[in-house]
Amino acid sequence: MTIYLPIAELPVNIFTLLAMGIAVGFVSGMFGVGGGFLMTPLLIFLGVPPPVAVASVSTHMAASSFSGTLNYMRRKLVDVQLGLVLLSGGMVGTLAGVLAFHVLRRFGQLDLVIAVAYVALLGTVGTLMIVESVRALLRQWRGVKAPLRRPGAHPWFLRMPFKMRFRQSRIYVSIIPVVTIGFSIGFLGSLMGVGGGFLLVPALIYLLRVPTITSVATSLLLTLVTMVSAIVLHSIFNQTVDAVLGLVLMVGGTIGAQFGARAGQSMKAENLRFLLGLLVLAVGLRVAYDQIARPAELYAVTIDESAR
Amino acid sequence: MTRSAPRRRSPPGPRRGPQPLALLAVLAALLLAVPPARAQQAETAIEAPATTSAGHLVLSLSKARVTIASSFSGDSVVLFGVIEPTAGDGAAQTYDVVATVRGPNESFVTWRKERRLGMWVNVDSRSFLAAPSYLAVLSNRPPALMADLGLLRREQAGLAQNRLLQRVGADYADVVPDDPFRQAFLRVKQSQGLYVERTDAVEFIAPRVFQAAIPIPGIAPIGTYTVDVKVFADRALLIDRSVSFEVAKIDFEQAVATAAQQHAWLYGLATALGALAVGFIANLVFRRD
Repeated sequence: MTIYLPIAELPVNIFTLLAMGIAVGFVSGMFGVGGGFLMTPLLIFLGVPPPVAVASVSTHMAASSFSGTLNYMRRKLVDVQLGLVLLSGGMVGTLAGVLAFHVLRRFGQLDLVIAVAYVALLGTVGTLMIVESVRALLRQWRGVKAPLRRPGAHPWFLRMPFKMRFRQSRIYVSIIPVVTIGFSIGFLGSLMGVGGGFLLVPALIYLLRVPTITSVATSLLLTLVTMVSAIVLHSIFNQTVDAVLGLVLMVGGTIGAQFGARAGQSMKAENLRFLLGLLVLAVGLRVAYDQIARPAELYAVTIDESAR
Repeated sequence: MTRSAPRRRSPPGPRRGPQPLALLAVLAALLLAVPPARAQQAETAIEAPATTSAGHLVLSLSKARVTIASSFSGDSVVLFGVIEPTAGDGAAQTYDVVATVRGPNESFVTWRKERRLGMWVNVDSRSFLAAPSYLAVLSNRPPALMADLGLLRREQAGLAQNRLLQRVGADYADVVPDDPFRQAFLRVKQSQGLYVERTDAVEFIAPRVFQAAIPIPGIAPIGTYTVDVKVFADRALLIDRSVSFEVAKIDFEQAVATAAQQHAWLYGLATALGALAVGFIANLVFRRD
């Protein structure tokens, strides 16, 4: 059964869309990531124009992150304070990313920059997560206790000035790295068309040493805010938000997210990080392969939007 | 496509909107009216100049509007044509027809990839200005057999003969047909189903009556499509007429698209609220505690 997408202007199979929504929703619920880094490429693969895919995925991510945030809010696991500080950097980063997006598209190198950014980020983050979680798992298997966190042993960037105490996350760190992380996530998120959860969660865990569950919950809050603003901004400036596409993805996504969240909660944190690391690395390798393998068609045609 | 019983013959109006009823009436009238004596007339075909307006061509489409509703996944519009003979034409005169369907114009950029540092990178590009977003060339046989290449080029008959304006430096020009960028552009558009060339799509159902199905893919752009029909006889252009049809969204699809364009603020807020509502409902439904 096909359904016509009024903004993307193409017919797609509604069950394919639903299945994609459920699958990506499952992943996002399980790991507390928005799932944009999976959904956007999938939609583009279906034939949805990239600007519409990027903009419409934000509706799906807003819905599933709201559902997830409510869950974590009820269990008081969200660090709102940390979220707000991250957001202050994130907003500036988003703006910078949108500007970079336009400049790169002008020169026709947007695809390349996005691909390289994907490979570099996903490769690094995925590898780091796998290495770290395997170490943790090995320690457990050997019965060695994890080294305790010593309060004073912070890396240099957390000891910078303007320190702030984040009670929920049980950290006392400089806000400079926090704002920088927010800025980077916003910049990369708007440039790559992803919510940035898959970057933010590891960044919070490994750089700021926020507990895993608080990282996931706070990252969801951040995704929610950025995605809602993305919906409105894309609607106003690009008119590329496809509400029909978004609705189908959302319905699938929220259902999938519930089951994903349950699967995630019943799993040990190390296993969860290991799996997310594998997934992130796999997507990164896939993008790398596409960029290195000789394409079947050496030419590509794009619509010249500057001539409109 | 709907067929109804022929009614009274109405005046042919090829330039105005297509009228299937009028066409069928014309068709029936013509088939009945051809006198048997004419068929035995000696063939005295005079070489008609390429720009002649002699002869009439009546065109009609099976629908004036291709409507896009939620179940739209492509459609087809059937073109009917009746060639009215001129005094000089013998009954044995054979005609060749090339129908060129052009969707709304759009500017495109064609990029060429090359391997740099192990990666495939866009290294070169050409702008195609005001190229049709949809282009179908339908004919009864390969256009190359119908007339000389010069005439075909002038009349843009055949996919290879269609002019695609490129920006080359500061100039605007079409380039040779085997230009790699031009060929790549055609190849990519053909693989998307937006450019079509079919040399057997025009079918003569009677010596002077033809039909052709215009395939409209699901991803067809919205807008006005012109159908330019050229009739060749004796390697010369005999008649040139065109009709047009619309591809438009209706009902819900149209409402969504207009809302997104004209009430962008409201549309964005409504979509955001809708997303939050779906998230909230899901949270309530699946709540465990």
